[in-house]
Amino acid sequence: MIEIDRITKIYNGVPAVDAVTMTVESGTITVIVGTSGSGKTTLLRMINRLEEPTSGEVRINGESTLEIKPHLLRRRIGYAIQGHGLFPHHNVARNIGAVPTLLNWPKDKIRARVDELLTLFSMEPAEFRDRFPAELSGGQQQRVGVARALASRPDLLLMDEPFGALDPIIRARAQDDLRRIQRALGSTIVLVSHDMEEAIRLGDRVAVMDGGQLVQHGTPADIIANPATPFVADMVGDMERPLRLLSLVPLAEVVEDGGAPGAALPADGSLRDALSACLWTGRTAVPVEREGALIGRVTLETIRARAGLRA
Amino acid sequence: MAGARHGVSHPGVLFAVLGLAALLVPFMTLAANRIVAAEGVMAWSVAPAALTIPGLVALVLGLGLGLPAARPRLRLLGAVLGLGGLLWLLVQGASGLLDGAGDYARVSPALGVWCLLTIFMLSMTDALVQLAPGPLARGTLLAAVLAALAVILWSGALAPLSVLQEYASRKAAFADAALRHLALAFGSLATAALIGFPVGILCHRNRRLRGAILPVLSFLQTIPSLAMFGLMIPILGWIGDSVPGAQAFGIAGIGFAPAFLALVLYSLLPVVANTVAGLAAAPPASIEAARGMGMTSGQRLLRVELPMGLPILLTGLRIVLVQNIGLAVIAGLIGGGGFGTFVFQGLNQTATDLILLGALPSVALALISAIVMDILVELTRPQAARAA
Amino acid sequence: MKAGAILRPAVILLLLALVLKPEWFTPVFAPLAPEGAPVIYARSSLLSLSLSHLGLVAAATTAATFVSVTLAILVTREAGAAFRPLSRTITNMGQTFPPVAVLALAVPALGFGNGPTLVALFLYGLLPIFENSVTGLSNLPPATMEAARGIGLNRWQRLIQVELPLALPVILTGIRLSVVISLGTATIGSTVAARTLGEVIIAGLLTSNTAYVLQGGLIVGLFAVAVYDALIQLEARIARRSGARKAPR
Repeated sequence: MIEIDRITKIYNGVPAVDAVTMTVESGTITVIVGTSGSGKTTLLRMINRLEEPTSGEVRINGESTLEIKPHLLRRRIGYAIQGHGLFPHHNVARNIGAVPTLLNWPKDKIRARVDELLTLFSMEPAEFRDRFPAELSGGQQQRVGVARALASRPDLLLMDEPFGALDPIIRARAQDDLRRIQRALGSTIVLVSHDMEEAIRLGDRVAVMDGGQLVQHGTPADIIANPATPFVADMVGDMERPLRLLSLVPLAEVVEDGGAPGAALPADGSLRDALSACLWTGRTAVPVEREGALIGRVTLETIRARAGLRA
Repeated sequence: MAGARHGVSHPGVLFAVLGLAALLVPFMTLAANRIVAAEGVMAWSVAPAALTIPGLVALVLGLGLGLPAARPRLRLLGAVLGLGGLLWLLVQGASGLLDGAGDYARVSPALGVWCLLTIFMLSMTDALVQLAPGPLARGTLLAAVLAALAVILWSGALAPLSVLQEYASRKAAFADAALRHLALAFGSLATAALIGFPVGILCHRNRRLRGAILPVLSFLQTIPSLAMFGLMIPILGWIGDSVPGAQAFGIAGIGFAPAFLALVLYSLLPVVANTVAGLAAAPPASIEAARGMGMTSGQRLLRVELPMGLPILLTGLRIVLVQNIGLAVIAGLIGGGGFGTFVFQGLNQTATDLILLGALPSVALALISAIVMDILVELTRPQAARAA
Repeated sequence: MKAGAILRPAVILLLLALVLKPEWFTPVFAPLAPEGAPVIYARSSLLSLSLSHLGLVAAATTAATFVSVTLAILVTREAGAAFRPLSRTITNMGQTFPPVAVLALAVPALGFGNGPTLVALFLYGLLPIFENSVTGLSNLPPATMEAARGIGLNRWQRLIQVELPLALPVILTGIRLSVVISLGTATIGSTVAARTLGEVIIAGLLTSNTAYVLQGGLIVGLFAVAVYDALIQLEARIARRSGARKAPR
């Protein structure tokens, strides 16, 4: 558990982060979202003390980060940034093994961990281990960057716009990958983003920052349904709110008995997927399947009802 | 910046420490004549205390004024004050030490003077860098410094110093050498520009030509200067002997011609390479636009490529000018004249003053040219780039 | 590339022959020598002059590299930042000092012989190396530096493991410039009695023996070309290894 306690950073008399308090549960993804200058990156960088807080403190599992030397603290916390920040003069294996090496892990253990992570990120170890960053595609570089951050099994992974440099199509895949890996490893992640779409897609919790203050902290559904301030409402975007709501509801939750024509959608798809399938093919209902077996249908009527219900 | 936060300039502290240390080494030397070994005199004993104290106070005060980091103007003032103190002590010492030391006695500035001079010049530079004056202000400042230097030398206050005595006995030869040095440096620059610009334009237009010419010119630059000067002698000697009338134009194996030719050859690479780079600096979109509005290739060159590449072209000329002023010193070795004559005479006779008489003006000339050319390069830059 | 594969061994063979077996070139240089004068410089062995010449350059460059990289590291730290604008101006202006003048001015302080040459080469060599080291150390990819801090490298580890290796190609370029300038300037050292190949050229100048001038000049020129080429190869190799897509010039 990460407790951020009244943490404040003042630059030249102006608070960049103003007495922010929040708690991050272990094993969850928290996305800090805000416009540029909102203080979101400063908040993140104070967690691993790349910025020293003016006042307040951060506790990781009850221990104050101020009691640990900054560089030793950072070795316990993974850190991945936009544009990956890989060491161009080290190959992939050395990049991923950077923190374990700092922690004096034995060589064979580092090697095994590197291969394990490459496999986890769908990169064949034998093929990629000895390549240099310049020999990788943008998406591969980004994955190696995240793998490096995870290498020493950190208590916490901090990510600063990790997908910012990727083009939109790869970004969606990278987000799915991160979600999958986070579930598999049970890691705790705090991620900074300017993109509410990304926050809702990835976050178990979303924290919205504005002008150095934490204006709302809650589940994605909460943020969309009950924006705390006009700023949050603005970030969520009024026009798309019904659609965003729909994207949060899995088909399994509203499936009803009955049949429908056309191709089936998987049960863990969202109502938004169902809506677009209906509109695209001109159907009034779509069949739903789970592991290949049809389990029922979702009608356009149901979708409309859900979109209006809490909007 | 760390220094600004504490209010004390870190370079200022360094200068103050070094400056105080420089006061503890001999300030001037006094020798009974040109041959015997000289002995050092400390700054406070170059003249009676009543005369040295104002100078010493100015020196220490100048060092102290260099300390406040946030006050570059004050630091500049401190440097000027320090230089004034240095000059005062030199003037007092020059006449004071000679008093009653005999007709052949010689006084020279010693390590202490050179160190303090360097320290105050650096302190002045540091303050100026902090003030970041525009090109015109820098030009004015340079003119003021040169004027002050001229007045000091003109006044004869420093005339008793041995290097100026050396000058006094060679006035005509010095003027001759200065003219010759300038003729070598600027003449070869002009010739190289006359040849280099057209060649550079051709190279810009023709990729093949560029591939053939630039490596040859690069190779010319690796020839050691001494050998280049030496090789020009037989070549020009042969031309002078075998081409009728060539000798009437002063083409001969020794003297001005071989030195001049060697300098021109060395100058070609920077001129041609920077012309090519300058012409290539125009953004493709501008060239495209110029073509689109119907400019001929000559019009494009004159109205788009040359104006945009001018700063780079001038940078090439700066490199050449500074390089040639330095290389022209070597001309002294092959009878080409210039300040090098004194340097090599001085080396032969182990006469430090003679070496200084040749070396100091060369260094000054190179520095002044570099500063002036830097100002010109900056003035030709587009406004927006200058502000950035 | 192909031209290099032929030219490189040719240059090295020619250089070795000129230094080790100068008498082979008697017929080539003979037309250039005055009648009756010796064609091949024999007052001291060209090998020992070459070794002394290269030794002076190597010693001066090594010392200059050590000092200027150290200074560059200092001015690129936060504590030394106040010295940075000053050091840039000193480098810029220092490079305008004529090498001969520096050499001549070192004589009154150090006397004749190898001493003043070594000092002049050292002082002159400082500037390009310092300039390039500062450039290399201050133009590091910001994301990489941020990551280096973020994953917990301390200052020293960042310097040794990240900053210096990444700046190395640019530093090497400075060393190459410095070496080539020094190889040429060292010949002038013979005017103050340093043992360098300049001795051959000066002997030629004094006796109007063009064969000597060409012989000395050719050897120094070939050394410069060979060293220049070797260092470019080294830079390209290191730049490739450090994963940069293209080697800086």
